[in-house]
Amino acid sequence: MQNFEYIAPESAIAAAQALSPKAGLTAVLAGGTDLLSLMKERVETPTRVVSLRNIAALRGVSKQGGGLRIGAMATVQDLLDSKAAAGYASLLQAARGITAPQVRAMGTVAGDLLQRPRCWYYRNGYGLLAMHDGKALVPSGENRYHAILGNKGPAYFVSASSLAPALISLGAQVTVAGPEGERSMAVADLFQIPSSASERENTLEPNEIVTEITVPSASGWKTGTYEVRQRQLLDWPLVTASVALRMRGNRVSDARVVLGHVAPIPWRSSEAETALNGQAANESSGEAAGKAAVAAATPLSQNEAKVQLATIAVKRAVAMAG
Amino acid sequence: MATKYDWPAADDRSLIGKRHNRVDGPAKARGAAKYSYDRNLDGMLYAKLVTSTVPHGRIVGIDTSRAEKAPGYKGHVNILNVGDEVQWAGAEILAICADTEEHVRDAAAAVTVLYESMPHWVKDEDVEKAGEANRVKPAKDDTKGPNLEEAWKSADATVEGYYGLAVITHCCLEPHGQVVDWTGDEITVYASTQAVARIPGDLATGLSRDEKIGTVAADSVHVITPYMGGGFGSKFNIDTWGIACAKLSKMTGKPVKLMLDRDEELMVAGGRPSDFGNIKVGAKKDGTLVAYESETWSTGGIAGRGSPPVPYVYNNEERLAQKARHLNVSTNIGPARAWRAPNHPQAAVLTMCPMEDLAAKLDMNPVDFFKKNADLTARPEVYRYEIDKCAEMIGWADKWHKRGDSGSGPVKRGLGMSLHTWGGRPHDSTCEVRIQPDGGVSVNMASQDLGVGTYTTLSVVAAETLGLQIPDIKVNIGSSKLPISGASGGSTTVGGTTASTRRATVNALEELKTVVAEALETEADDLVAKDGKVFSKSDSSKSLTWQEACRKLGNRTITGQGKQPDRNGGKLNDSGVGGVQMADVSVDVETGIVSINKIAAVQDVGLVICLEQCESQVYGSLIQGVAWALYEESIYDQTTGKMLNPDMEFYKLPGAGDIGELEVHMVQNKYDDRGVIGIGEPPAISPGAAISNAVANAIGVRVPTLPLTPDKVLAALANA
Repeated sequence: MQNFEYIAPESAIAAAQALSPKAGLTAVLAGGTDLLSLMKERVETPTRVVSLRNIAALRGVSKQGGGLRIGAMATVQDLLDSKAAAGYASLLQAARGITAPQVRAMGTVAGDLLQRPRCWYYRNGYGLLAMHDGKALVPSGENRYHAILGNKGPAYFVSASSLAPALISLGAQVTVAGPEGERSMAVADLFQIPSSASERENTLEPNEIVTEITVPSASGWKTGTYEVRQRQLLDWPLVTASVALRMRGNRVSDARVVLGHVAPIPWRSSEAETALNGQAANESSGEAAGKAAVAAATPLSQNEAKVQLATIAVKRAVAMAG
Repeated sequence: MATKYDWPAADDRSLIGKRHNRVDGPAKARGAAKYSYDRNLDGMLYAKLVTSTVPHGRIVGIDTSRAEKAPGYKGHVNILNVGDEVQWAGAEILAICADTEEHVRDAAAAVTVLYESMPHWVKDEDVEKAGEANRVKPAKDDTKGPNLEEAWKSADATVEGYYGLAVITHCCLEPHGQVVDWTGDEITVYASTQAVARIPGDLATGLSRDEKIGTVAADSVHVITPYMGGGFGSKFNIDTWGIACAKLSKMTGKPVKLMLDRDEELMVAGGRPSDFGNIKVGAKKDGTLVAYESETWSTGGIAGRGSPPVPYVYNNEERLAQKARHLNVSTNIGPARAWRAPNHPQAAVLTMCPMEDLAAKLDMNPVDFFKKNADLTARPEVYRYEIDKCAEMIGWADKWHKRGDSGSGPVKRGLGMSLHTWGGRPHDSTCEVRIQPDGGVSVNMASQDLGVGTYTTLSVVAAETLGLQIPDIKVNIGSSKLPISGASGGSTTVGGTTASTRRATVNALEELKTVVAEALETEADDLVAKDGKVFSKSDSSKSLTWQEACRKLGNRTITGQGKQPDRNGGKLNDSGVGGVQMADVSVDVETGIVSINKIAAVQDVGLVICLEQCESQVYGSLIQGVAWALYEESIYDQTTGKMLNPDMEFYKLPGAGDIGELEVHMVQNKYDDRGVIGIGEPPAISPGAAISNAVANAIGVRVPTLPLTPDKVLAALANA
């Protein structure tokens, strides 16, 4: 890896101030499960790495108001071990899908949201948009794991986050600190589909860091996550779906359906939500929601199967919630 | 004819054929066992390869000027030069060394290589497209047995289908490489190799080709490999990186370590050829197989590979009409290397899968169908016995159902089976056994333990022969200065090394008996070594403990020599075995995900030396088999010509939770008279075909090619 300067400031503002406003020059180190391999492969070549390890305020998973606060340095294992998180079934199911104890122990919840895509063209040095001699590699290339939604180009990768679909369906907020102060936004707004090589898959400024994630109370919601994953061993899901259903009697009054690994962002499906609203939460409404979720899918040359997998993931997530 | 070297009769065996823990287990568990990757010598430098970034091209420039100024840079040697052609991405161009691992990575990254691009092709499955790209070599038909046309006419049922399996790599956990310490005229090589005795000559020849180095004698090279982290057929040679590593050591006067990175290991240091093809098989109503016809193609890289031996196992040339045509697809991917039972796993898929499909069409239970046709194999009795035994282990009679008759619900369960064969003749081996006056016994030879149990099997043989226990034996292998023994490939090691060890130990014991006989005032022939004693058969009062007996040697050490082959040394080994495997799988037909419930394996290997190590070879094969049946595939991008998954993230292997229950049965006390036969390859052949057949049984349709990934399972269901 390229040589870099390492600093570990003690406050979030100091960390943000140590980051460059220009993309690619500096990097934030939390658990390092993604950043270090990117640096070893020279996909990322920051000249300064800012570690968050000395910022005590970023740690911990705790109750906050009626909801949950997850510090930016809380690990996936911290989340799983926390009594405060007990009521968030879909979030815990998603966390358990990260089956490697090593990754759970080192990787942070915020890092899961901000990890770079696993697209093999990107990881092999062809850039986030996977270009070669001015041409996009994915549409006619090896795209079995790529996007089936939001894939009009130039981005074809899928968002790699395991936890974002659950957090978005739970209405989570994220707080970020920049050199001048903090701002908050919905977790969904952390993600974007890049429209050019100068954009990333997240909306953070290069000198902003996530400080915490807050999740409102899930009381009154039925939630579930289903991952279609090939192996028990640590494996990237082929497709995931998280649902949160507020019930009025036996009927769904408010559905939130978010798919993962199908698009360059966690994909909230209003079509699936419409299909569920007013219905009982059961296999047939789950199936209808699954079909609605992929009605607009545009699979690439090799990933037709993901359309079916997305349908099933939604159906089974509804079953998990119900 | 019986000789004194023959294996003891069943009643006289106290250790042979029993279950013994691996003698090197504790050292490995503690980390005390030093692999080549673990060697860190004083002052050692680190080397790294610079490899081709293009799949095909001519090198027009190599600029090392920036690398030479990099911190810690110590030197580099070219493997290829300007003007040379590279035929695959990842091809070795030069090796560079520096004072630390980090510095050498920076230095390697600072090397610039310029290429003149040439056309490339990396795809093998679509043979028409490969043909359009001029990448298919013409083939000739290989016809055997009865008239094919007549045979097709006599068939009551035929199946025509498409079958295949992708290129995979060896993915050795310890990658290829070595540490070389060239001091004065002595070259010490800590090599990760399957051929300790072969490497000195291989390295010396490679070095001697370089005029600047001049002639290097093979005997100046000492290879040390006490432990080795997996080869599977890919580690017989010193390779370009070994020669470059030695040159860097000479150039710098320091020990140099060059172990491949994981991406290099997957791109250039492994590779099992693919196979795809259209197969037609036919049988009579009663299940009698009458004809097999195949047109197959595959790639083994730019140079191609041999053809798969199809039809496989069921290949009687008098009764089965056969026609095989094989095409080679030339691709710009890393060259193929021998992979456990070369060509056999592919042949099993190309034979056992269409046969299972034919059984389904005939509405026959595959167990009956495969047994009925056992006369078309070279060992009908072995297979019939093994099929019955394996069926009992997997619960075939209770669990098997007709194809697709798997009940409601999305998860379908199914059973499948496959048969295999392998030679496993013993390699040449020389052994020296020493008996010391203090009672110590050592077995010495330039063999190697690939992680398969060689230390243990040799300990068992020497201890059994001398009436001692396993811990009483010191096994010295993994050094090229010891008596020469063969490379470990093709299941040849256990047969060769146990025979040379048996003979050497018998010879050493004879000499000891001569000395002891004098002390006990009896004849050598009257003495027996058993239970840690040497005693007279005729007079029980004449008895010495092993230590007392050895003390009679005074200051003399006995050396016994043994060789394989030895025309007068009795029949200690053989070749040619059969095995049967059955898989029980579950398939989620909504997601296409296949999971393994159980695999049962029955294997004949003649005389088992150590049951536990023998079984372990089968367990390892089954785990590896789950990997290539469900997950493994080298994925290449045609536009860039690059392997996209040279890592352990998308080059998928199973974990403990993915392999299901594995049950192994070694056939013992049935074929023991044949002597020892190798076990490395046979059980590695059938898993893919057995698992594919189980999936077909579960879901009612054939998933044509391995690995059986969810997308392919769903596509097969959609096409049904």
